[in-house]
Amino acid sequence: MLAPKSLQLGAQAIKGLSRVSHFSKFVAPATIPCVQDGELYSTTATSSADGGNEEKEKISVTFVDKDGEETQIKVPIGMSMLEAAHQNDIELEGACEGSLACSTCHVIVMDVEHYNKLEEPTDEENDMLDLAFGLTETSRLGCQVIAKPELDGLRLALPAATRNFAVDGFKPKPH
Amino acid sequence: MAVFRAMFSRTFSAATSPSLRVCVVGSGPAGFYTAEKMLKAHEEAEVDVIDRLPTPFGLVRSGVAPDHPETKIVINQFSRVAHNERCSFFGNVSLGSSVSLSELRQIYHVVVLAYGAESDRVLGIPGEDLSGVHSAREFVWWYNGHPDLSQLAPDLKNTDTAIVLGQGNVALDVARILLRPPSELATTDIASHALAALKESSIRKVYLVGRRGPVQAACTAKELREILAIKDLYVNIKQDDLQITSADEEEMKNSRIRRRVYDLLSKASSSGQTHPSSGQPELHFTFFRKPDKFLESSDKSGHVAGVKFEKTTLKASAGSGNQIAAGTGQYEDLKCGLVLKSIGYKSIPVDGLPFDHSKGVVPNIRGRVVSSYDVGQPVDGLYVCGWLKRGPTGIIATNLYDADETVASISEDIKKKDPASEFASGREGLLQLLENRKINVVTFSDWEKIDFEEKRLGSLIGKPREKLTNWKDLLAK
Repeated sequence: MLAPKSLQLGAQAIKGLSRVSHFSKFVAPATIPCVQDGELYSTTATSSADGGNEEKEKISVTFVDKDGEETQIKVPIGMSMLEAAHQNDIELEGACEGSLACSTCHVIVMDVEHYNKLEEPTDEENDMLDLAFGLTETSRLGCQVIAKPELDGLRLALPAATRNFAVDGFKPKPH
Repeated sequence: MAVFRAMFSRTFSAATSPSLRVCVVGSGPAGFYTAEKMLKAHEEAEVDVIDRLPTPFGLVRSGVAPDHPETKIVINQFSRVAHNERCSFFGNVSLGSSVSLSELRQIYHVVVLAYGAESDRVLGIPGEDLSGVHSAREFVWWYNGHPDLSQLAPDLKNTDTAIVLGQGNVALDVARILLRPPSELATTDIASHALAALKESSIRKVYLVGRRGPVQAACTAKELREILAIKDLYVNIKQDDLQITSADEEEMKNSRIRRRVYDLLSKASSSGQTHPSSGQPELHFTFFRKPDKFLESSDKSGHVAGVKFEKTTLKASAGSGNQIAAGTGQYEDLKCGLVLKSIGYKSIPVDGLPFDHSKGVVPNIRGRVVSSYDVGQPVDGLYVCGWLKRGPTGIIATNLYDADETVASISEDIKKKDPASEFASGREGLLQLLENRKINVVTFSDWEKIDFEEKRLGSLIGKPREKLTNWKDLLAK
């Protein structure tokens, strides 16, 4: 946990690489349509002549995985956190691929202020959250959290993380 | 033989031969999540998933209701696991008859049993074997085209009333299938024999009966919201049943699901008509009734004509904070021509497997099979996951955490004692044995042919898939 950020990120990148090479079939773009959409989007963004605009179109989101490791990614405005996680090899499940029929993309919004900036969950999302493992007051489904400018700096914990943290004696930071 | 040769050459063409041979028994969510997590955690592992059916995915195929296609999308993820070069699926391989547990344990370093719960709890009351009394599992397997029950042919024509015992999601599923306009089911992957029978069905009144009250109903909000939204449905929930005690309030305070389900029931009770119009489909939530005996028809011998219920009241139970139903000595009969018992599934043990008959699960500590809870000594290399491990409750996602736990136990054990030091013939050994026994193994690519054919047949009649529902057709591929 005390390793310099750069080292952590390095390890993350290597982990990510090995995962891709061994499990390329799990993340084959052809089988996850949302990834394709995302690629289309980013292609447009990079081809834009104005580099400043490109930055404005993305927000920074940090995922805290089940081992407590943090991964910061850039998420284009309009993209769901489930799609963004999958594009960046973050291990967020998405059993129903964003069709609001499961609770596997459950994320915990770590900052109440960010949570309050989200639209209220629909009845359908609440029905699924009822069944989410380790539900908290600021739980949401990753497929329903859509990137928008106000959410820049969003921090999302994967629920297994809270379980392991508890074992390690970790106490979440008070908000 | 072709299968054997193909598998044999594929394995040996890999750069490094696998040093950890794993067999997962059962290809439902528990089996596939276990396989996925094993493959991720152990690069040296080769994982074979076997299933007694020619088709994979367990309850996602034969349990999830046909009008819940979104829930079945997880099949995409399981198919990606099956396509992993270190993973294989072998269908039509039955633990106990094709291969014994002790043989599997000799062939593989690690065996994970994830074959679920393929039987039913029984009430143990008179009349349970009358015709017209089925378990909800049988009815579900029937409408989902499970090859073991495609011949069930429940009689839906000689009665207008069905009683469903239980108020969990399976109970709501079967009630919804009985009450939904068949035209809405015609575009789902429901088995064609079931669709035909439902089109001819005369059942228009369904009682969902629970031993306890609306606060204890075991369903979830999604399924409840869905059944309440059936077109032109008359819903009856007695206002008196909705009165709650402080103990009920306590239960709701501790459970968001219970609170939301109760709110939905309350709303449904106060809105809507006070009386059904003639011919309108009716759904009656009947609380505080415990089945006492099934009543036999006087004019149709051997057939059910109703259920005798004992009225109940809630009592605090020692130990858990939940309340239990206690009989009051007052009885009430309800007439019907069909009963579906939705009171829980039960796992079936196999030879050589420790089994806790009272709980209906395999005794285990975090997925490690133990000879019994008292002894606590793990059985070497044998693990469980899913319903066989923790009982028949929860949703598909529950298996994610369940598989995590079992795979973590396997990993710890491997660290302590490297299984690769011992020879295990693994995939080649299994396929050789099945070949010798002339078992017609169905591989994942064989399944993909079935899948293709089912989708093709479905596309001809506007269904996502027309399931092959008998063994002969499934094994012809």
